[in-house]
This record gives sequence, C-alpha cells and structure tokens, in this order.
Amino acid sequence: MHNKTPLIRLSKRKALPTSKAWGIRLLAILLSLVFCAVLTMLVTDLNPVKVFATMFQGAFGTVRKTWTTGQEIAMLLLVSVALAPAFMMHFWNLGGEGQILIGGLATAACMILLGGKIPNGILILVMTVSAMAAGAIWAFIPAFFKAKWNTNETLFTLMMNYVATQLVAYYVIIWEVPKGSGKIGIINQSTEAGWLPQIGSYKYLLNILIALAVTVLMFIYMRYSKHGYELTVVGESERTARYVGIKVEKVIVRTLILSGAVCGLTGLLLVGSTNHTITTTIADNRGFTAVMVAWLAKFNPISMILSSALLIFLKRGASEISTMYHLNQSFGDILTGIILFFIIGSEFFIQYQIHFRKKGQ
Amino acid sequence: MFDFVSFIPRAVVQSIPLLYGSTGEIITQKSGNLNLGIPGVMYVGAISGVIASFFYERSAGGNVNSFVAILLPMLACLIGSLLMGLLYCFLTVTLRANQNVTGLAMTTFGIGFGNFFGGSLIKLTGADVPNIALSATSACFSRSLPFAGRLGAVGKIFFSYGFLAYLAIVIALAAAFILKKTRTGLELRAVGENPATADAAGINITAYKYVATCIGCMIAGLGGLYYVMDYACGIWSNDAFGDRGWLAIALVIFTIWRPDVGVLASILFGGLYILYLFIPTGMNLSVKELYKMLPYVVTIIVLIITSMRRKRENQPPQSLGLSYFREDR
Repeated sequence: MHNKTPLIRLSKRKALPTSKAWGIRLLAILLSLVFCAVLTMLVTDLNPVKVFATMFQGAFGTVRKTWTTGQEIAMLLLVSVALAPAFMMHFWNLGGEGQILIGGLATAACMILLGGKIPNGILILVMTVSAMAAGAIWAFIPAFFKAKWNTNETLFTLMMNYVATQLVAYYVIIWEVPKGSGKIGIINQSTEAGWLPQIGSYKYLLNILIALAVTVLMFIYMRYSKHGYELTVVGESERTARYVGIKVEKVIVRTLILSGAVCGLTGLLLVGSTNHTITTTIADNRGFTAVMVAWLAKFNPISMILSSALLIFLKRGASEISTMYHLNQSFGDILTGIILFFIIGSEFFIQYQIHFRKKGQ
Repeated sequence: MFDFVSFIPRAVVQSIPLLYGSTGEIITQKSGNLNLGIPGVMYVGAISGVIASFFYERSAGGNVNSFVAILLPMLACLIGSLLMGLLYCFLTVTLRANQNVTGLAMTTFGIGFGNFFGGSLIKLTGADVPNIALSATSACFSRSLPFAGRLGAVGKIFFSYGFLAYLAIVIALAAAFILKKTRTGLELRAVGENPATADAAGINITAYKYVATCIGCMIAGLGGLYYVMDYACGIWSNDAFGDRGWLAIALVIFTIWRPDVGVLASILFGGLYILYLFIPTGMNLSVKELYKMLPYVVTIIVLIITSMRRKRENQPPQSLGLSYFREDR
C-alpha cells in the first residue's frame, strides 16, 4: 500500500509544438473571455453577444475610435518591444514607466526652451536625440549597478519610476501655463514648433508606422544579430555566457541602453506627436502593462502586435461598457487582470505534463 | 521652529499603511515570493472592508454597534486579501508562473477592482447617497484611548491613534520575533534562501510559501483598511491610496527585510512623504515635488549600498522571485 505512485504527478514537457502551445493559449483566452462576459452580465444587463458587440463598438465603432485604438496599440507595442531584449536577458526592467516619462520630459524641455529659436527640422532632431538619450540614461543607471554589483534590478527600476514622476511634477510646476494652474497645457500651440509632422490628414499614422518599424527592427536585432545572440545566451545561463567569452556586464549595459532609448522614443511620440503636452500620468501605466504584453508574446516582438492589440481592445471595449452604464472606467482593468490570470495559468499546461495514477500502480 | 508635535502624529498616520504593507511583503519575500501585487492587495483589502461596512451601515440604520462595525469590515478585508494571496500562490507556486508578471497582473486587477467598486458601488446597489462616507464605522476605527486628550503633547504623539495603528506595530514586532527567533521562522527563511536544501531537510515548501504569502497579503490588506477607515475618515475616493503600495515595497528594501526596523523606518518614510507640507518654501511650490522624491531616492541608495557591501545577512532572500520545482534540479 505504501509504494503507490502519487495520484497526480508532474513532469516537464520536452517542447510542445508551437501550434499546440498556441492552441492552449488560445483556449485560455477564449475561456477568460467567456468568464469576462459572464462578469459583465452580472453588473450590466447585456447578453454575452451584446457584450462583445459593445466592446467592438467601443474599439472600432467609428473611424475616429479606430485611429485612437490604433494609436494606443502602437504606443503599448513600442514600450513592450523596448522591454523585450531586457527580459530576454532575464533583466526585469520594470522601469518602462519612468523611462517613458523622462523621455517625454526631455522632449517637452526641448520644445519649451528651444521652440522658435532654431529651425523646426533641427529642433525635432534635437528632441529625438535627447528623448532617447534621457530614456537610455534612466535605464543605464540600474543596469550599471546590476552589472557591477549585482544590485537587484527589479526593485531599482521600480523606484526609478517614481523619481521620474516627481521630476516631471517639478518641471510641470516650473513651466506651468498659466501660473498656478498646475499643468503645462498645449506646448507651442500657436507656432507648432517641435510638433512632429503629420502624415496627410492622419494624426496618428506617424506613431503607428514608427512603432511597426521599430518592432520589425527589434525582431531582426534579437533574432539575427550577434548582439541578439549574446543577450539570449546571457538570459539562458550567465555562466555559459562567460565561458564562451561573452562580456556579461557589457551585454547588460548595452541592452538596457537600447531598451531605455526605445522607451524614451515612446516618450517623444507621446509628447511631440500625440499630446503636445506633458503630465505625470502621460505614461499611463504602459511601462507595467508592457511587461505583461511582452511576457504574453514570449518576448517575440512580432507576437507582441497581437498581445498588445488584445489588451487595448479590452481596455477600450470595457471603457465603452462603463460609459454606457455609468460605471467606473476601471472595469477594463478588472477584465485585463482576469484575462492575464487565465493566460498566466495556461503557461503551466504548456510547460508541464500532468500524469494521473494509472490503475494497479 | 519646526513643529514636531503636529509633525510626528501626521508622519505616524502616514506610516501605518506602509508598515502593514511592508511587514506583509517581508513575510512573503522571506518565503521567496516577490509579490509585486501588494499595491493591488491593499486596494482589495480596503474596498472589501468598505463594501462590508457600506452594507452594514445601510442595514443598521442609525444605531451602529461598534463591535460589529469593526468586526465585519475587518473580516471582509482579511477574506478579500486572503483570496488575492491564494490567487497569487495558486499561479506562482502550484502553476509555477512568473512572479513578476503575476504580481503586476494582480496590481492591475486589484487597483481596478478597488476603483471600480469604489466608483460604482452606489450605482450598483441603487443607494441614494452622493458618495461613500462611512463616518459611523470610521468613528469606531479611529477611536483613540480616552485619556489621550488629557496628556498634552505626549498624548498627541503616542496615544492619539486608532487601534489599527497599534496593531500594526504589534504585528511587525511579532513578525520580527517569529522570523528571527523561532523554528518556524528559521524554516521559512530556509525556504526563501534555498528551497532545494529546505526540501531535502523535510520542510514542506509549498505549505510554507502558501501560508507565508497568504498571511503577508492579509497583513498588507489591513493597511488598506486602516487607510480608508482611519486616515481617510471612511471616505472612499478613487486612486486616493496612490503609490503607497510601491512605497511599502521600497520600505522592505530600506529595512533590509526586518519588520522591527520597519516600525521606525515607516515613520521616517511617512515623515518624508509629508515633509513637503512642513518645509517653508515660500511661493516656490515646485521644490515640494522634489521633496516627495526623497523616500524613493533613499531606497535606491540603500539598495546600492547593501549590494556593494555584500554582507551576507543584508542580502535579499537568495531564491527571491524564482519558482521551485523539485524535479528541476
């Protein structure tokens, strides 16, 4: 009686074919959507079909809404792509929020201080360089300490977010227009100095194109370049990396500078192209949401297009439902949380196999 | 002259939610779980208490029994946070999911949950009140000792708080004692440092991780309850809790994983958090924003120094953030 095998036993799977793995994930997403629909039914009186119809309406109902959705997806995608190489290296960069903010702050500083003083083309160039440099510096600081003294990067980058937030708050008060209002308002409204160019009549097209271009470049960088190979090896095993002669410290710092620079670029687009102003909430939790987007896509930049689209669709859809029923806008966060829990849970079934005790064992 | 008699009590009331959060997170992290869901858990704890007390106050009408008014929200708060803890454990321990992602998802969910029910509770229940103001319950929570008023400055600094404030200190000291001096604490630390070794020594890893994380979440949840019932006088407003959850996590590092140090450190943090109100900056409001940066900068400095000095006892638990799978070795 004592030598029975356990009732439930787990073993690690070798490697599940990609199609099967995605099948499991898709099933998890479907299950979670059903769960979300039931939940929505409980707080509103919509039937499940209506729930999704309304959500779809909220995301793609009008041309304007569709563009906004596209822009939101593009921004989230850009941040996720920025974080991907760091995560691939198992460096948990939770500082996307701060890196976006500081990039946005640099952009706003250029627009306010240099606007009208130098030609617009050069101004935009200066803005781009300083935004990316600011983001890169914000990521470099924790990376440097990680490389040199193995300082915990998860906690370090997390704290850097709030330093950036307060820095932005400080400058918002210094630059506020009019004095005492506590916000900057639209920068260079009359001259439009430092506003990124608009392609045709599409306000958000530039952002979307840049995000897609960076995504493809990052995919190539991670998959086909020597740098990409090195950071993958460091992520798999630091010891192996050292053994084959990769300078781990250098890879960590280099990758994080890249990661921070792309976050800074997001800040540039948010300030220079989308909002033309800066607030402490301009990053809008993208730095954190992007962690989940990147992880859902298994750090593959191309798959991130899908995962960021899923999360933005939910957010905008849930927002439509909340508006219709005069509920709080945070409903979307609840749905996002639920879907994430399902997908996080489903990873288990991709990585492990469950064996039940067979008869007679 | 700096007004300590009014500064210290304000720093203390700021510190209590942080102390609850950090004590809970320290216990959690000692088991090797880096629970970044703490900000969400604190929101859930707060709103669970609010919901319970909202229904109680409505059903009780005018005559609120102070014992029930305290018991119900506390129970609801503990159950709400416990459920969040169980969810985290189920995903990270049983299903071995990534702790950072799970934690962040829990924070998104928890803050959304709090704000949604905080903002929609009245609409959902069809009540005819303009906003959630649980003044009767809050009065029970923030009742201080009767002789506090008669003791002048001493009374104000030491005895002017509601019972949850003292409970926070008791819990922190008890946690420090258990972690440092008991067998349970030793085994818990072993689980966080090196689960494989602990497993070989016959310690039930799963049980320790579950219990530590769930207790940690329940303690953290009380911090949210204290904030809304005592500090905010029973008035729920969305996002008012702010970034205190992250500040609690910062406090964990600042105290180098010691809940007893947390008692004083949280007051220091609370003081730094409101220092800008007491610094005479004249018309220059912008500098106040820089003062608010202080707790985070101080935490970063502590983080750097502890990693540079490499003292064994000051390091994060070695397997912090990693899931344990026995067959992986």
